Amino acid sequence: MKLVIIAGPPTCGKTTVIRQVLKRMSARQIKTAYVKIDVLYADDDTIIAKEFGIPVKKVYSGELCPDHCNVMVLDEAVEWAEKCGASYLFVETAGLCLRCSPYVENSLGIVVLEATSGMNLPRKIGPMLTLADISVITKIDLISQAEREVFRYRVLESAKKITVVESNALYGIGIDPIVKQILKTPEVEFPMYLRGNPPVGTCTICVGKKEIGAKNHFGVLRTLEQELFYVGE
Amino acid sequence: MEVNKITLFGGYGKDGLPEKVSEFSMEVGDIVSIVGPTGCGKTTLINDIELFASHNTPSGRRVEINGAPVPEDFIFDPSNHPIALISQHTNFLSDLPVEEFLSIHATVRGAADVESVITETLNFANELTGEAIMRDIAMTELSGGQTRSLLIADAVVIGNSPIILLDEIENAGIHRTKALELLKTYNKIFVFVTHDPCIALMSDFRIVMKNGAMQQMITTRQEEKKVAGKMKQIDDMMLDFRQIIRSGEELTESIFIENYKVLTF
Repeated sequence: MKLVIIAGPPTCGKTTVIRQVLKRMSARQIKTAYVKIDVLYADDDTIIAKEFGIPVKKVYSGELCPDHCNVMVLDEAVEWAEKCGASYLFVETAGLCLRCSPYVENSLGIVVLEATSGMNLPRKIGPMLTLADISVITKIDLISQAEREVFRYRVLESAKKITVVESNALYGIGIDPIVKQILKTPEVEFPMYLRGNPPVGTCTICVGKKEIGAKNHFGVLRTLEQELFYVGE
Repeated sequence: MEVNKITLFGGYGKDGLPEKVSEFSMEVGDIVSIVGPTGCGKTTLINDIELFASHNTPSGRRVEINGAPVPEDFIFDPSNHPIALISQHTNFLSDLPVEEFLSIHATVRGAADVESVITETLNFANELTGEAIMRDIAMTELSGGQTRSLLIADAVVIGNSPIILLDEIENAGIHRTKALELLKTYNKIFVFVTHDPCIALMSDFRIVMKNGAMQQMITTRQEEKKVAGKMKQIDDMMLDFRQIIRSGEELTESIFIENYKVLTF
């Protein structure tokens, strides 16, 4: 089984890129499966099932961050895809704070960024970009050539070894280089490991406390002026 | 890659018939116009050039550089791309200040002296605009005319692209004959998509389009070049009138006649 994990901010064009890729995978008669992890609502799974006739699964993370959810369910998702007879599993995850990284070792990590999202985006998102293998830049037709070059520079400044692919996914321009990389992905190995540590998870907010202010919480905290510190056992 | 010549081989029009102009070439120093009614396929034509079409676009056209087909991965890195396309965009989406943006772009393009390149770019752009572009203003705050001026200046000075395609620069409210004069001082291939007779007649030749197909290729003869000179006078007069109105003065009949008289042959 080969695993492709696709991350990126909401509405950046992840699903459009995946559909263009799946179209090319289908044309090569390669068996694929697709898992979508989102918080509250998604209909991409039914659209993809209808368009390509491949096995799909949708996971609502609900109270969990989708990237957190991804860690919980990915092993079973791979088993499921194997049972379906697929040789490639595509996992699309919505992410929440976009400071996490859902990529697993021995898989292909793709981050999708839209060219229109501002020049500081590559500096803001951290491991979602820096731990990915490919950065697909979408909506390039909406910006000038000069801006494309500067955006690309900003991506490479944060992630020096990443492969940058510029794409106008609506028209399928720039998809072939992504497919080439997907085909070169190694087999996934068990047990699977995340590539990077997510931000610390000892969080009173995650367990349901809604009070504002560090004095109302414990675990890893900070105040306006003070850097991170720890309160607790 | 040094580009001396670019050749376009015709494909098919909207009616599926082969284009009447089966090929044309442009060499460094050439100024070419693409003319024809709206919707006739002018923008598609320059897009084909920019994409190095190779029977893989709907028109079926093909592009060669220096008399040879273009290598497949040639356009992968946009900073190596020999063609700059100034589309009809009239706004930037980049939220950086002008100076920082230009500085990064000049660095990406390997400029030896970034500061002097920025100065040259802004001087060029400010020749074309009404109000000067400030260095510390955000790109997103520039007006339509300032944006197009900066795009053109950036492509010519920083991009230093040997081939520049310009889509209807006359729409941007910039000084277009000034633009043309300035551009001519750079040794490049310029292709203008235009509805403007001045620009068309100041070109070395023009391609006439209709129904998605290249119909005719017309070389600008001496007589037309003379006409172009006269038209430039009319154009300058109109620009003078525009300046009078822009600066809040009244355009009186005597000013009008005084200017108009010069044009009477």
